[in-house]
Amino acid sequence: MTPEPLHEVTLTVNHVPHQLRLPARRLLSDALRHDVRLTGTHVGCEHGVCGACTVLLDGQPIRSCLMFAVTADGASITTTEGCLEPDGELGAVQEAFHDCHALQCGFCTPGFITTITAYLETHPNPSEQQAREAIGGNLCRCTGYQNIVAAVLRAAEIKRERSAP
Amino acid sequence: MKPAPFAYLLPSTVDEAAEMLAATGGKVLAGGQSLIPLMSMRLAAPPALVDINRVGGITDIEVGDDAVRVGALVRHAALEAHAPAYDANPLLRRALRHVAHATIRNRGTTVGSIVHADPAGEMPAVLRLLGGSVEAVSQARGRRSIDAADFFVGPLESALGEDEIAVGVVFPRPPAGSGSSWLEISRRRGDYALVGVGAVVTLDSDRNVIGAAVSLISVGATPVHVDVGHVGADSAYDDVDWSGATELVDAAISPEADIHATADYRRHLAQVLTRRALAEATADAAPRVAA
Ligand SMILES: Cc1cc2nc3c(=O)[nH]c(=O)nc-3n(C[C@H](O)[C@H](O)[C@H](O)COP(=O)(O)OP(=O)(O)OC[C@H]3O[C@@H](n4cnc5c(N)ncnc54)[C@H](O)[C@@H]3O)c2cc1C
Ligand code: FES
Ligand code: FES
Repeated sequence: MTPEPLHEVTLTVNHVPHQLRLPARRLLSDALRHDVRLTGTHVGCEHGVCGACTVLLDGQPIRSCLMFAVTADGASITTTEGCLEPDGELGAVQEAFHDCHALQCGFCTPGFITTITAYLETHPNPSEQQAREAIGGNLCRCTGYQNIVAAVLRAAEIKRERSAP
Repeated sequence: MKPAPFAYLLPSTVDEAAEMLAATGGKVLAGGQSLIPLMSMRLAAPPALVDINRVGGITDIEVGDDAVRVGALVRHAALEAHAPAYDANPLLRRALRHVAHATIRNRGTTVGSIVHADPAGEMPAVLRLLGGSVEAVSQARGRRSIDAADFFVGPLESALGEDEIAVGVVFPRPPAGSGSSWLEISRRRGDYALVGVGAVVTLDSDRNVIGAAVSLISVGATPVHVDVGHVGADSAYDDVDWSGATELVDAAISPEADIHATADYRRHLAQVLTRRALAEATADAAPRVAA
């Protein structure tokens, strides 16, 4: 059997460029976990339903299990590890998850952190209903969602506090 | 599971993509939101993928006097957010809001969902309801346009040839004095609909009904399109009895049972949603008729 051809792929992950040689069928989720070795991105269903693998592609949330890494060549990716403050402190959403006890086993958490981080960029002051809608595409089998909704609202508050002069 | 190996091709023009498709017998990769799950589950194992994500000239939304034309690389989210497209044809946004979750809409293309021809997909039914068309390009046949009425052949089956690329779709504007509605019921927000109904109702200058049609999803092998214009014909917009329309719809659909709903429940939903969607579209049309 001839070996699978490899493709040169450059991914900038959390501001750090990575030059990779990958088979075309490597899912972006697997490239992040196995090749870039950032295991914060979790893989649950691997067909787009659970949301655990959500990362930001040029700032927009996408399912990393529904994209081949070759298609993302040249793109800038943000994973849950990158949802920090520039000084390395916990990001507003991460801090809010801690404050509100918005995780139990933590398997779903990376997908929530990325999704909510992007959402608050465009919706800085969500209502509770909007917070529920924002996380509608992410499944959590532990928490019952109440504390996650609270964390969305708390994260918006933290962001406002941090940007206040 | 992981996708099987495939040859990866990255064209930069439509002609190059058509040539690659013909040469390899592969499949087009657009947003991947339907194709990649099928490959990961090993329900599909195409020998080659022609990734059109870097092809030029297919990224635009063009809002004209007669229609909104959507290029093959327009993501659901971009069309949903496009203000001129909404002004020209509010039904597009009304239906797109029900297509999966926002995260899926950031990658999935509207043209891809139409080509995918899922009988539970919203945008195939919207294209059918508006009498739209798909523009296709292949090496063998050149460019052709396929009417929505001929395009949807069966579940996940369209009239597009295996060597053809859909470069865009055309959503005609409904006539002046028209209103629209999209309603659906799903078990959870973002899931495929148990039943969905799109309606367009057209009023004359006296606000009497002169046209009405519905297209339904998840109740047949393809979107089910029913012209119900004569049911409301000549009734004033605030005095239409749409009950005849639900009978026509009931006769046209062939819902099946699955773990989410029985066939009878789908039939019930189709009737209720048809009545509501027609009423909503009528109410939406009234203020659009210049007094
Ligand atoms: C969790 C989940 C929920 C979803 N829920 C819904 C829903 O409620 N309603 C709904 O309508 N959809 C839903 N979808 C599907 C989504 O709308 C997809 O975006 C869409 O069906 C396919 O578009 P794509 O660009 O991703 O196409 P791809 O996945 O890239 O391709 C799909 C198929 O179409 C072909 N194709 C795509 N573009 C072209 C082209 N330009 N020319 C020729 N062939 C082409 C491909 O070869 C492939 O066979 C859901 C998907 C997921 C993962
Ligand atoms: S692992 Fe990607 S959505 Fe579940
Ligand atoms: S915390 Fe366990 S799945 Fe969400």
